[in-house]
Amino acid sequence: METLFEFLVAAFLVTAGIFGIVGSFGLIKLNDQMSRLHAPTKATTLGVGGVLLASMLHAAAFEKYFSYHELMITLFLFLTAPITANFIAKVHIHRQETRDTMPEAGGDDHWATHDTPEDEERRSAEQTPPAED
Amino acid sequence: MIESAATFAFACFALAMLMNLWKVVTAPDVADRILALDTMFINAIALMVLYGMALGTEIFFEAAMIIAMLGFVSTVAYARFILRGNIIE
Amino acid sequence: MKLIWRLFPHPFLTLLLTLTWLLMVNRWSLNSLVFGFLLGVVIPFVTQPFWPNRPNLRRPFKIAEYILVVLLDIVQANIIVARIVLFKPNADRRPNWITIPLDLKTPEAITALAGTITMTPGTLSADVSDEGHALLVHCLDAPNPDAVRDEIKQRYERRLMEIFE
Repeated sequence: METLFEFLVAAFLVTAGIFGIVGSFGLIKLNDQMSRLHAPTKATTLGVGGVLLASMLHAAAFEKYFSYHELMITLFLFLTAPITANFIAKVHIHRQETRDTMPEAGGDDHWATHDTPEDEERRSAEQTPPAED
Repeated sequence: MIESAATFAFACFALAMLMNLWKVVTAPDVADRILALDTMFINAIALMVLYGMALGTEIFFEAAMIIAMLGFVSTVAYARFILRGNIIE
Repeated sequence: MKLIWRLFPHPFLTLLLTLTWLLMVNRWSLNSLVFGFLLGVVIPFVTQPFWPNRPNLRRPFKIAEYILVVLLDIVQANIIVARIVLFKPNADRRPNWITIPLDLKTPEAITALAGTITMTPGTLSADVSDEGHALLVHCLDAPNPDAVRDEIKQRYERRLMEIFE
């Protein structure tokens, strides 16, 4: 039993290490800016998740207490990774692209990052009909 | 077995952090720099938890949690500053 | 009934705060459960003016199935992305933008869909259109963009439609 747990913890640690390094390697290797966003947001979540799982298992199997607060960091990272990725993608769109270089925005006019105050005024004017005197 | 696996993971994450640092220095654009810093935060969390596990204490958990939160907030604040010119409107 | 709603303006937030407190304490005891519940009641009550609307969940139990599907996809996504990063030369990769027309209307549902897309294989949500009718997705390697779009609509948006609308 002891050996089984030892093997499991070691396996989690090794996979976590590999995914962690792949995520950072992708940051260097991939050649365009949007693709570079993919590697860290995905590979590192499993990297950190693996370390945290290993830590939980280690505490339960060898130090004789159940430790579940690692779950909180994992959940926090799973919730925040998409948001940071989205913000960085918006920075990229804001700095490198214009309305003309982007693909069609479905049925709408443009993407939200390229919104200007004038667009906002136009939209709110469309929603509230002009007052009648 | 666990010791060697932990050493391997330490080496991996340390190397990953070095690569991120390299990217922060040489990145062509500010978006890459934010991304590299964010990845560095995540690797720092992993190192912190690993270190706590190797020493067998729980003290490092709080530090890892705070790094996770600070990492998220600072990345979003940085991105927002570049998008809008200020952070809180 | 009205009194209960006034005391618990956000029942899910109450549950979440109690659970978070229990996880933070990290030792199971009745004391921490009671204190966590107290926090879970007080915090939504005090911050109520900031959250006037309640998200409308039609079938909350479908969430469990959705989370399971997404978790499995996250593991798969990690392996796919790792393989592309390690073994595929940059010249062979086809990065691509995809526009996904949205059938979802509520902001919560669109946020959930965008988060899911970012965590699943080879795709990353980048932006919404100005009036919220389309989602911009970047693909790491998509020789066939239409297939990716159909899969996202089939696999995730349909399930979210069942949960939220």
